[in-house]
Amino acid sequence: MSTKIRLDNLNIHFGANHAVKDVSMEVAENSVTAIIGPSGCGKSTVLRSINRMHDMTPSARVTGCIMLDDTDIYSRSVDPVAIRRRVGMVFQKPNPFPAMSIHDNVIAGYKLNGVLKKGDADEIVESSLKRVALWDEVKDRLKRSAMELSGGQQQRLCIARTIAVKPEVILMDEPASALDPISTLKIEELIEELKERYTIIIVTHNMQQAARVSDVTAFFYLGEMIEMGETRKIFTNPEKKQTEDYITGRFG
Amino acid sequence: MDKTATRKNGDGIFRALTMLFAFSILIILLIMAGEMVWESLPSLRKFGWGFITGSDWDAVQGSFAALPYLYGSIVSSILAILLATPLSVGTALFITELAPHKVGVVTASLVELLAAIPSVIYGLWGILVMTPWLQTTIEPFLIKHLGFLPFFQGAPYGVSMLAAVFILMIMIIPIITSITKEVLLAVPQSQKEAAFALGATRWEMIRMAVIPYGRSGILGAVILGLGRAIGETMAVTMVIGNTPQISLSLLSPAYTMPSVIANEFAEATSKLHTASLMEIGLILLVVTLVINFMARLLLWSVTRRWKGGTP
Repeated sequence: MSTKIRLDNLNIHFGANHAVKDVSMEVAENSVTAIIGPSGCGKSTVLRSINRMHDMTPSARVTGCIMLDDTDIYSRSVDPVAIRRRVGMVFQKPNPFPAMSIHDNVIAGYKLNGVLKKGDADEIVESSLKRVALWDEVKDRLKRSAMELSGGQQQRLCIARTIAVKPEVILMDEPASALDPISTLKIEELIEELKERYTIIIVTHNMQQAARVSDVTAFFYLGEMIEMGETRKIFTNPEKKQTEDYITGRFG
Repeated sequence: MDKTATRKNGDGIFRALTMLFAFSILIILLIMAGEMVWESLPSLRKFGWGFITGSDWDAVQGSFAALPYLYGSIVSSILAILLATPLSVGTALFITELAPHKVGVVTASLVELLAAIPSVIYGLWGILVMTPWLQTTIEPFLIKHLGFLPFFQGAPYGVSMLAAVFILMIMIIPIITSITKEVLLAVPQSQKEAAFALGATRWEMIRMAVIPYGRSGILGAVILGLGRAIGETMAVTMVIGNTPQISLSLLSPAYTMPSVIANEFAEATSKLHTASLMEIGLILLVVTLVINFMARLLLWSVTRRWKGGTP
């Protein structure tokens, strides 16, 4: 498999706080990479740097290099808006737009490309909702507010909204941590299916979840990447003692 | 033992005292409203509904009707709102979303400073600076280029409905801006990030996430501004020309409810004249109360949604 994303000596500062230290990693195309580690280890910070979400935080400073295929995403000539269309993101708390209908939520990002015919819109809404297995649950109430859905449905709606833009990479920041076990299971099944088309990086607190959904796991601690490898190996036979301590529950 | 009892007593007294203060405000309002109804009874009895549908105001003949004042108040306020809203929302968006933090803070405090200027100073500036400028520059321009419209016909007097609209616009910008700013600041970060993550530009993010979320709050801010505009007395009185007429042309002088009260109360000699002014006051009170109530209702519906957590 070819490399989709490469992080090279990534450092992220917030003012005087050095949040991410010299992180280098490679993410293969059409794979699921899980980032685990205790709270405050910098895992979400790394994730958010991959679609330039730190641009909106004035105190944040990102140095080093992140390559998306052959594009250095922090290069001056690169438009962050174009990067975010290639690298979508799903957040911890479901965040559909409350003033929009289910239909309009799905199409919200796609519509930014320009005007589109009604038929095209309906087609994209249907295919995106089918891909997140939400279509059967909402097809009769597409015009209703997205806020009427349950938390798990809202999160799948947010994933549908993300894939409607046709990204190459999907970043997931603890996408199931605010959901009940059944909704969590559905999201996990969805991740399994989505990796056929997208490269997925998921940050999670839940080690069982990382073990279930990911091909590769990276363990972060205090802003550094301690170890990265095949998920099975990380969870059965880690090389570093810190990784072992964390996955066996000795701290974190 | 003794000490605990005293402290408990103190608590009770404190409670009673604050309750007294709080209720006294309500009671003052009720007494005022009651008094106004009572004082305007002669006019209410004599003219009935004709008071707000007629337009004859003649102290010598003893016939009074308030439509020109109602018209002047409502038209000047609504036009001022129409002009002030885009300016204020734009300013608030600049402060909260676009400006670097320090520039935003300075801009916000400058705008709020506008609210601290006494209205008589706005009026003075209006008379000495703005009206001559309207008379020599703006109004001739409007007559020349838009004179075919009924809104810009007649001679350029300077003092006019247009002058009142401009003064009111400047005076209500601070209130709409600062409330809109609070509304925009309350838009959750998660909503903005959702839009950015879909590849929205800053402007698209504002249109997609910020404005829809803040819509009813902004509407509340606009309505509060309307309430302020309708009640404004001094500055408007100084520039509107104080002529009780209903004219489509914005270049004609007009008159508002607060202005006629301020101008005529001292020399109202007949009981009916006083009662008529009281009734105008009553109408004004009702209009502003209704507007404020609507604004509170809208703002309340927004804050309640926010308290429900991030949607």
